[in-house]
Amino acid sequence: MGRYVIRRLLQMVPVFIGTTFLIFVMVYALGDPVAAMFGDRAPDPATAAQIRHAMYLDHSLPAQYVHYMKQIFTGNFGTAATGQPVTELMGSAFPVTIRLTLVAFAIEAVAGIGLGLLAGMRRGRFADTGVLAFTLLVVAVPTFVTGYVLQYFLGVKWHVANPAVAEGAPIGDLILPGLVLAAVSLAYVARLTRTSVAENARADYVRTAVAKGLPKRRVVTVHLLRNSLIPVVTFLGTDIGGLMAGAVVTERIFNIHGVGYQLYQGILRQNPPTVVGFVTILVIIFLAANLLVDLLYAVLDPRIRYA
Amino acid sequence: MPETTETTPAATTPATTAADTAATATAAGPVTPAGTATPEREKARSLWSDAWHDLSRKPMFYVSGLLILFLVVIAIWPGAIASGNPLACDLSKSQMGPTSGHPFGFDTQGCDVYTRTVYGARASVSVGIFSTVGVAVLGSLLGGLAGFFGGWWDAVLSRISDIFFGIPILLGGVVFLSVVKGGTVTTVSAFMILLGWPQIARIARGAVITAKQQDYVQAAKALGASNTRMLLRHIAPNALAPIIVVATIALGTYISLEATLSFLGVGLKPPAVSWGIDISQASDQIRNAPHMLLWPAGALSITVLAFIMLGDAVRDALDPKLR
Amino acid sequence: MRGAKSAKWVVGAAVVALAATACGGGSGDTKAGGSDDGIVRAWWGDPQNPLEPANTNEVQGGKVLDMIFEDLKEYNPTTGAAQLAAAQSITTTDQQNFTIKLKPGLKFSDGTPVTAHSFVDAWNYGALLTNKQLNAYFFEDIAGYAKVHPDSGAPTAKTMSGLKVVDNQTFTVQLTQKFSTWPDRLGYKAFAPLPTSFFTDHAGYLDKPVGDGPYKIVSYTKGSSMKLVPNPYYTGPSKPKNKGVLLKVYTDSNTAYADLQAGNLDVLDDIPAEQLSHVKTDLDGRYLNQPAGIIQTVSFPLNQKAWSKPGMDKVRLGLSMAIDRKTITQKIFQGTRTPATDLTSPVLGAAGGYSSDIAGDSVTYNPAKARELIKEGGGIPGGHMTIGYNADSGSHKEWVDAVCNSINNVLGDNKACVGAPTGTFADFRNQITKGEMTNPFRSGWQMDYPLIDDFLTPLYATGGSSNDSHYSNPQFDKLIKQANAEPDTAKATALYQQAEKLLFTDMPVIPLWYQNGEAGWSSRVSHVTENAFSYPVYTDITVNNS
Repeated sequence: MGRYVIRRLLQMVPVFIGTTFLIFVMVYALGDPVAAMFGDRAPDPATAAQIRHAMYLDHSLPAQYVHYMKQIFTGNFGTAATGQPVTELMGSAFPVTIRLTLVAFAIEAVAGIGLGLLAGMRRGRFADTGVLAFTLLVVAVPTFVTGYVLQYFLGVKWHVANPAVAEGAPIGDLILPGLVLAAVSLAYVARLTRTSVAENARADYVRTAVAKGLPKRRVVTVHLLRNSLIPVVTFLGTDIGGLMAGAVVTERIFNIHGVGYQLYQGILRQNPPTVVGFVTILVIIFLAANLLVDLLYAVLDPRIRYA
Repeated sequence: MPETTETTPAATTPATTAADTAATATAAGPVTPAGTATPEREKARSLWSDAWHDLSRKPMFYVSGLLILFLVVIAIWPGAIASGNPLACDLSKSQMGPTSGHPFGFDTQGCDVYTRTVYGARASVSVGIFSTVGVAVLGSLLGGLAGFFGGWWDAVLSRISDIFFGIPILLGGVVFLSVVKGGTVTTVSAFMILLGWPQIARIARGAVITAKQQDYVQAAKALGASNTRMLLRHIAPNALAPIIVVATIALGTYISLEATLSFLGVGLKPPAVSWGIDISQASDQIRNAPHMLLWPAGALSITVLAFIMLGDAVRDALDPKLR
Repeated sequence: MRGAKSAKWVVGAAVVALAATACGGGSGDTKAGGSDDGIVRAWWGDPQNPLEPANTNEVQGGKVLDMIFEDLKEYNPTTGAAQLAAAQSITTTDQQNFTIKLKPGLKFSDGTPVTAHSFVDAWNYGALLTNKQLNAYFFEDIAGYAKVHPDSGAPTAKTMSGLKVVDNQTFTVQLTQKFSTWPDRLGYKAFAPLPTSFFTDHAGYLDKPVGDGPYKIVSYTKGSSMKLVPNPYYTGPSKPKNKGVLLKVYTDSNTAYADLQAGNLDVLDDIPAEQLSHVKTDLDGRYLNQPAGIIQTVSFPLNQKAWSKPGMDKVRLGLSMAIDRKTITQKIFQGTRTPATDLTSPVLGAAGGYSSDIAGDSVTYNPAKARELIKEGGGIPGGHMTIGYNADSGSHKEWVDAVCNSINNVLGDNKACVGAPTGTFADFRNQITKGEMTNPFRSGWQMDYPLIDDFLTPLYATGGSSNDSHYSNPQFDKLIKQANAEPDTAKATALYQQAEKLLFTDMPVIPLWYQNGEAGWSSRVSHVTENAFSYPVYTDITVNNS
């Protein structure tokens, strides 16, 4: 067990190098960022050359990568297009996004599993049809529309919530964006739980438990749900990263200056330090989440073991 | 959770099984060719044909099948039910509501929403199906291998999927599709598969790891079934459910995602007509002309519904516990 | 079961760690709140470059520079005319050598005096190649620029020989050639003076820039907000009528619009296109929409034989006449664009060179004539064209599609013209700069200063800094040169217009429409107006007593 965790942690090293290199090459492939700095005007070649030199862009791709990695090991993640250090951007963006993700994650886990359980135990009934209808709705209606409509009614018309998240992103302001962000994942979680519960409801051990005369509540929570959760937990694990990186639309709608927003800016401005820095941290979070998920397998199903 | 010991299925499993499992996780399961293969195969064949038999009796299967058939026909031959031209637009009719001959009204450019919805089926349905099938096949294959063999297989495949997970769609889309140059349904679907497989792979891996522990799989193993046979005949049918669930919903998201790529100039080559493009164009106008969103989004919902129903029917048919 | 148990521990620990991180960022929420009585809360976009006068070339940074700097000249918010501000007088006898005298007693917001050195040092800093300032070319008319900013190689001088300090209040400028309207450029913020702290503590300066204008920055949180209060040392004419301005960075103007309606924002000068049809009812009429110094065009790649060969001028003209500008500005832009009648802007006024008829029929929608011209000229190259645009900002797709549909309807071919998006602005600009465009593409021009010269020289003179269409006409160049040297403004303007007239027969670009400046405001504030640059005039805004 301990050895397994250590081995997994060690695997982060090649992943770290692989990711940084891959992303670096991809941002490089986007092309020269200098022209855009001059707006609708043709860049002055002499000034452009000076800027390229200062950004180390006048070197070959491998040399640029080595230069960048050397910087990273001294704790310097480079500077964004605006001249701000990337570490400073990360310091302000990650806490906000992590809080938003936690809110969305809590919503999707609790509501998703709850709805899925209801739907799975009464297949074909109201709750089941409801989950199906909800799924179709969130898949077909873009996040932008859900976000905008909720913002308009709750924030502007009825004054129930703030339409934009205030500076510092207090948790109270994050509930609405969290709900919008969680919507699609919620559908996945609910349908996964439903299917899994429906399948396991007919399993021998559940029948045994019911036959043994255990209270229904216990049968459901301890036996049925616990054994139905593995695909759900897997999905939730992969989704943490997705929520953090994929919140571009939600962050825009609700004025959250988080990871999705900064990453988007970094890509638009073709700024390798921003993109590589943020993605690297995200990949490390994926790794941690996946490790957690694998360990949870062992908790949920004790037959699964790691050596 | 002290009561765990008495209530989990682990309690009903002989201690030896747990030990066996631990061994497989590290040693990747020694392959034992066995003489008992013949009865195994017979049983297995009957499982799949049973499933088909089961399926053919389900009304849901026929309803979804007909719906999908209809969508495919429209995709191939949109002119059958729409006589207009999706690219003929008259700006003076911008965002007008339904009029005679134009039952769904007009979009911002003054194009007929009905015609565009019908013609949009081709690009959207094909991107949806190709991407979903590709992601499901590649994802379950790689995830299944990782979950079944564990060890190095797992380490390498899972870490690769982690890296792919990290690539932002925006960045990946612009780079991949501008390098590949195309703007066709094939290149767009290829991109979706490239970035989409890790999710299914994680799900498949988890499902295989669970299925591997089931008593009957352990029993088959003890009887000396080969790895391939175990994967195909025992583990796959049981690991399929979550993959079907995720893939059918993802189908809808791929159709929408195509629009994002088109907007960035790396999706389908203009003047492509697709539901995704029309949905995202309508999104901005939700307060001004909601009818623009209603029809393409409705078409997308119906497509997803058809595949979810089909997926449910297939899953039920494969579930041995239902018999 | 040991494995399972320790797994639980690891999971638990990780959850705790995540939760701890989550709480870490929760402090400092109240910074934007506090006593905001009398303070105007205004929308802002993140500036793209550090806030240095010679390094800011976009609107959001420009907005702040406008508030914290007073130049030698300032442009009148209503007429756009350049008027003396920090300068007492700017005199010349030969249109080439200028003597500039400052008003006495001017001070920066940190209390240090504004002297001739403040200007000369700032301009030398802006021009010096190694300082990598994006607006360096603004100083290229000053003698000695070539030495501090050579086209290649290292600079051979640190300061421009054309700038000489006479005394604390006076300095002289020598230009490389005669340029009568040059002093009118001095209202552009690249020409702002800089305090000594800019040179002694550069990093500190960028964290909190200091200027000599009506406002003073009290706090600046990069990427989220900036708070400004009236500068106590400012003695100029634009004394703020409010107790300060809080600029709030929004990720999206739709969000800002929602915040404006909810009463959390006072001034928004970027109304999202999709809200235009109901903005007046939403805001109870608290909305303005007026012409601004921005013109939008479609440029032809004249460096490509296909678009420049003989006869193509007819096709280019025909395409211009195939665009129904009126319907597009109404249906797509809800009247926030005005169909173009020349290649300048209505903000210049008739005296400044704007004309409502100079382009004649070339910008009038005329399907029959357009078809005929395009046919006569040999048709669209290959029978198929695209209009290039960048997809990442500005929602160009809608109008490009509408322009193409208009052309397609005229030609009776649904696929003759389609939009061609490029993923990022940087990529789009790169293709243009390198001359790789093979098809027409969108282009736009936001004036630097309200002079007709700024709408013509950089865009259409041979080798001009923004001559994206690679247009070259010796006659045009000659007229521009004559106009630059002409001391009489009216005569100079007439010469510029003669040059401009050539563009409507050569058609290197299709004039589309002028962009308007817009603003919406809350019931908490009054007196919201915009200047010719479409910046809100913050100093005039008053906060209502509730």
